[in-house]
Amino acid sequence: MIELLSYDFMQRALIAAVFVGIAAPLVGVYLVQRRLALMGDGIGHVAVTGVALGLLTGASPTWTAVGVAVLGAIAIELIREFGHTNGDVALALLFYGGLAGGVLITGVAGESASRLQEYLFGAITTISVADVWFTMVLAAVVVVVAVGLLPQLFAVTHDPEFARVAGLRVRLYHVLIAVLAAVTVTVAMRTVGLLLVSALMVIPVATAQQVVGSFRRTVWVAMVLGLGASTGGLLLAAYLSFSARVSPGPTIVLVALAGFAVTWPVGVWMRRRRAQRTPFPHEGVGAVPHVAVDDHHPDDHAEHRHGDGCGHPAVEHGDHVDYLHDGHRHAAHGGHYDEH
Amino acid sequence: MLRDVDLTVPAGQFVAVVGANGSGKSTLIRALVGLRPVTSGRVRLFGVDQREFTDWGRVGYVPQRAGAGSGVPASVWEVVASGRLVHRRLLRPLTRTDRRAVADALEVVGLAHRAADPVSTLSGGQQQRVLIARALVSGPDLLVLDEPTAGVDAANQLALADALATLSATGATVVLVTHELGPLSRLVERTVTVREGRIVDDRVGASDPYGHPHDHHHTRPTRHDHAPHLGAPVDGLGDPGASGARG
Repeated sequence: MIELLSYDFMQRALIAAVFVGIAAPLVGVYLVQRRLALMGDGIGHVAVTGVALGLLTGASPTWTAVGVAVLGAIAIELIREFGHTNGDVALALLFYGGLAGGVLITGVAGESASRLQEYLFGAITTISVADVWFTMVLAAVVVVVAVGLLPQLFAVTHDPEFARVAGLRVRLYHVLIAVLAAVTVTVAMRTVGLLLVSALMVIPVATAQQVVGSFRRTVWVAMVLGLGASTGGLLLAAYLSFSARVSPGPTIVLVALAGFAVTWPVGVWMRRRRAQRTPFPHEGVGAVPHVAVDDHHPDDHAEHRHGDGCGHPAVEHGDHVDYLHDGHRHAAHGGHYDEH
Repeated sequence: MLRDVDLTVPAGQFVAVVGANGSGKSTLIRALVGLRPVTSGRVRLFGVDQREFTDWGRVGYVPQRAGAGSGVPASVWEVVASGRLVHRRLLRPLTRTDRRAVADALEVVGLAHRAADPVSTLSGGQQQRVLIARALVSGPDLLVLDEPTAGVDAANQLALADALATLSATGATVVLVTHELGPLSRLVERTVTVREGRIVDDRVGASDPYGHPHDHHHTRPTRHDHAPHLGAPVDGLGDPGASGARG
């Protein structure tokens, strides 16, 4: 394993993985916040055409991919913004057009499918020094913009209408997010691959959400998880490639998914605990008054007095306070507690 | 859809816009803050045409329970702090003043103890109070609220009324849309009733369409085709209009 790291190509791949692992989930947070988790996937499909154009013309596939992906992302955003009811159908046309066009153009260019596969699922050994520089610079730009504008981007993605009344140029920020996503997709294509990059944008965010309750913490935890998944997955792929032909993309995604699978039960448990302490869930949905099951318990727990610091969590319930007691709620009523 | 609406709200007034669902009352205030375009006529905020208006820090907008269900969790503090954006320059961290304002706004709506909790774990009424705190935190002179009491339980409605009373006492203008006033009725100085996109009633004091109207009925004629202002007894106390919508 150690001698593996002494290879130049492995070092280059690792550096690229570190930058991608940080940048992808950071942009992914904003996409998930906007409920556009699959947008990265769509941009990835469109970028395939960009790669193929590079292969056809002899230009650097990386740069043609950036250009086409950015154009595609802006198109997707504009279709969403100005398109009518079947906006998602228009998006689907763009996605599949991008993928089909890419495969076709690659064939016309006389390149084999395996050449294209390097871009679709990542490849360790083919990352050049120029690619590493490209990855580092663009990923750094993405991180600086996405972190620097975090307050604005949070406001715009959390509640666009409020952001607009607060004087923010919402449409501009939406396009900015799309462009950041496009750049991230192409940055990640040599490591995770175009078809799997969306997973590295979304899965760490989904994992972070299980355990944290604030936006900022989601951002930081997702970046750490993304970093772990990309480097861990890359090392796993390198290790496996002694005995088989393995692309780093699938291993990175599976490591990220494993992280999700591990935290999921923790999240379920935390949410259950929280739900218990939340005032009644139906409250606020309608003006339906809470019908108390008038279940007097004059004797059961008569010796215990609920109050501050009595050991039972207090829950605000309308005009009084309930105390959680072995899975049910006690509300003081006269000299005893009612079940609420 | 609104027609022939001419409404001027003087600074400092507490106005309730009431009407049934679909009457156009929400459209009215969405047009006021610029979320709905006006096809004819114009909207002025603080005397400035709304399309040229830039001083958004003076306007606090409370949407109808939006944002609570967005994809990524957000804490109460974060949501309220996003209301300070109008006063922040790009790429600058929160100042001490910003933090102070967030803490104060949370205090006003009585949610200081929930600051670190995810918004999604709060009850509907508490989430509504978070949105109000977010609007308050910029220190607005005009607060616009869309259905702040819809689906909010009685205790939270009282807390909400207290927060609005605090703000109103500082001289801020409040315009809110509601179909039931509830505990807010004691604060309301003027009630505008909208039906089918038109203002059909405009009176001093609270008039809850589903409750008991207040005693003082100063019902005025509802059509003012060419009148520049609606001259109510409490209007025109020498203060220029805080906001106005004409269409």
